[in-house]
Amino acid sequence: MKFQKKFGQMKPRVPTSSLPDIIFMMLLFFMVTTTIKVFDVKVRYILPEAKAIEKIENKRLVSYIWVGRDGRIQVDDNIVQLDDLIDIMYRKRQENPNVIVSLRIDRDSKMGIVIDIQQRLRKADALRINYSTLQKL
Amino acid sequence: MLKRRKRAEAEIPSASMADIAFELLIFFLVATTFDVDTGIGLVLPPAAETTEQVKIKQSDIAKLLVNAAGEVLLDGELITVPQIRETIKNKIKQNPKLIVSIKTDRETNYSRYIEVLDELKLAYNDLREEHSLKTYGKSFKDLNRDQQEEVKKAIPIRISIAEPEEVK
Repeated sequence: MKFQKKFGQMKPRVPTSSLPDIIFMMLLFFMVTTTIKVFDVKVRYILPEAKAIEKIENKRLVSYIWVGRDGRIQVDDNIVQLDDLIDIMYRKRQENPNVIVSLRIDRDSKMGIVIDIQQRLRKADALRINYSTLQKL
Repeated sequence: MLKRRKRAEAEIPSASMADIAFELLIFFLVATTFDVDTGIGLVLPPAAETTEQVKIKQSDIAKLLVNAAGEVLLDGELITVPQIRETIKNKIKQNPKLIVSIKTDRETNYSRYIEVLDELKLAYNDLREEHSLKTYGKSFKDLNRDQQEEVKKAIPIRISIAEPEEVK
């Protein structure tokens, strides 16, 4: 047939000369979006699940408190005592008045420790908190 | 005299450039974690000493108590967790100024507390959805930012964490 003849005559080739450029662009995208984990989490925890969750819009404002299965508390890279929390959080709030404290607490924790932490946050005047949870399906 | 040999033009082989780039790409693909922070947001009440006590009418408070066994009491009556959503919704409809106060025992499980808080948030989300459908004829998530703020202002989330009995 007419069409087939024409098709058979020329060999179509995908131009590959710009392939490295494309790949580099993708590479740059991933390099820019990658946030290498800043914190070395030393406690073991499993987050609880919830349905009505929201994203924290501004990640720069967030500061984390981890509470592990064994009840140890970690802020930034250190395991801290409960009573040090006031000073630490107060300093954080001075640096950043709109700080959001993300509480990453193990699901099997008791409320006692949560209440203790919250009381200290209130004393440090860091009032915006976020209970970190996973999406429940 | 030394004879100068004519050297061939030096060239960086670029044929493998794509492969190198691919390798880097794969590394970053693997290393990237789109670690989004999701959770339930809340604003704590200011420390008790710094603020004066504001008197709130008893009728404007819904007391939600979660005891050590994980049972939930709403204004003294036993209620199951899935019931909270509807009950609180009806209560807020009757009294838009309602403040929900949550109190837990020290022995209460954290995940149970999150469940209760989740139900409350769902109740508020439902109310906001209804409000936005009524005023804008659109779902809350389809509204623009200003409208969303309007709805949020119309139905503020009033969840309060009750003062624990003893502060260690």
